Amino acid sequence: MFFHLAKIALKSLFSKPATRRYPFEVREAYKHTRGQIAIEINQCIYCGICQRKCPTAALAVDRQAKSWTIDRLRCISCRACVGVCPKSCLTMKNSYTKPSLNRRKETFKNA
Amino acid sequence: MTKRTIIPFGPQHPVLPEPIHLDLVVEDELVVEAIPRIGFIHRGLEKLIEKRDFVDFVYVAERICGICSFIHGMTYCVGVEAVMGIEVPRRAQYLRTIWSELSRIHSHLLWLGLTADAFGFENLFMNSWRIREIVLDIIEETTGGRVIFGSAKIGGVRVDIAPEQIAAIVKKLNKLEKEIKDISNVFLKDPSVKHRLVGVGVLSKDDAYALGAVGPVLRASGVALDTRQLGYAAFDEIKVTPITDPRGDSYARCVVRIQEIFQSIDIIRQAKEKIRVGPIEVKVEGTPNGEYFARTEQPRGEVIYYIKGDGTKFLKRMRVRTPTFANVPALLKVLAGCQLADVPVLVLTIDPCISCTER
Repeated sequence: MFFHLAKIALKSLFSKPATRRYPFEVREAYKHTRGQIAIEINQCIYCGICQRKCPTAALAVDRQAKSWTIDRLRCISCRACVGVCPKSCLTMKNSYTKPSLNRRKETFKNA
Repeated sequence: MTKRTIIPFGPQHPVLPEPIHLDLVVEDELVVEAIPRIGFIHRGLEKLIEKRDFVDFVYVAERICGICSFIHGMTYCVGVEAVMGIEVPRRAQYLRTIWSELSRIHSHLLWLGLTADAFGFENLFMNSWRIREIVLDIIEETTGGRVIFGSAKIGGVRVDIAPEQIAAIVKKLNKLEKEIKDISNVFLKDPSVKHRLVGVGVLSKDDAYALGAVGPVLRASGVALDTRQLGYAAFDEIKVTPITDPRGDSYARCVVRIQEIFQSIDIIRQAKEKIRVGPIEVKVEGTPNGEYFARTEQPRGEVIYYIKGDGTKFLKRMRVRTPTFANVPALLKVLAGCQLADVPVLVLTIDPCISCTER
């Protein structure tokens, strides 16, 4: 009755580790993983619905300047903007954003 | 009379993942009274309802808690749907059931790990969390998030699970069941674990009922109450028998939670058999006008959402009564009269979720 855990411990000692050797071995993201928002800026009509629906106010749309700005650190990847975009130009990619040291806004402009 | 001393416990303490403060009044090593203080992480999420569109508030409701996130979001949806008289499609209700049981499994495994950590059994802690990781992978594969599911919406669910994917989940859970049995043997039979849990913090049946305890804390004192019996989501077709234990001590709470993991796996198996093909959402039209109390069973116990709308797109009132809030009086009861060294374990046995409690 004393060796319940010893059995599990020995088993894990002689089997493959449960963890990965990150960053040498990167886990493949699932198809539906909510990673980061991507925009097809050429199709954007700057209607601003995504900005109004964003729960964390991470998006800023400027109709005059024809620009779409996202604050990556505010974004919670909830997919609210993807669902409401009338032109379907917003998509959710399954890769995460790179770590960053400062709060930097990313602006997309129609060329 | 022995001299009384007050020992502050928390808000920063190795066993506490979240901040709660207890003033422990001790006589030598014996705790005679515990005075709680909460409010360190109050975020005012209930007030936010006045400024957020009721459809978008699901995102906020899900983020009330990081562990039972899906059930929070779902309960909010259940409440709004009841006010608006929306009939949710059967498939969506089954998917909600599957996800809420997955979140129960991962929450209970998290609790097992934290408890093992609280009584200093690091190996057991790591093993519980290793198993939990597999459940989190299933959740991420089906919803896109590891702990914030983001799949509940008013009128149904946001994503579907393909039939072969449900079969794969059940297969994975069957495999997992064996591993959970192995570690549950350690929790239930190991003498060193039993030494820390058996007979510690006994809460009698009458006390548990009178103090309004909920969830595993209530059931471990022998009261057979489980909100899933009310038949929300697909629980009208999947019958749930509450798991109880008459002993009322910390060991009983551990037994109840372990058995609930197996019960949840069984519910997902039944859901796989009974789930129907069909739409996963209905279109939501109009605005809520009326009030409703939505009650569902979270891993930690019964959660209540009070929702009141006045016909505009902003709800008038929302109030959340979370399980930990209801279990705090029971915790204070068991703390009075316990040994000081048992306090960390006792605090953990109610599975405290402070960000839930304070919203």
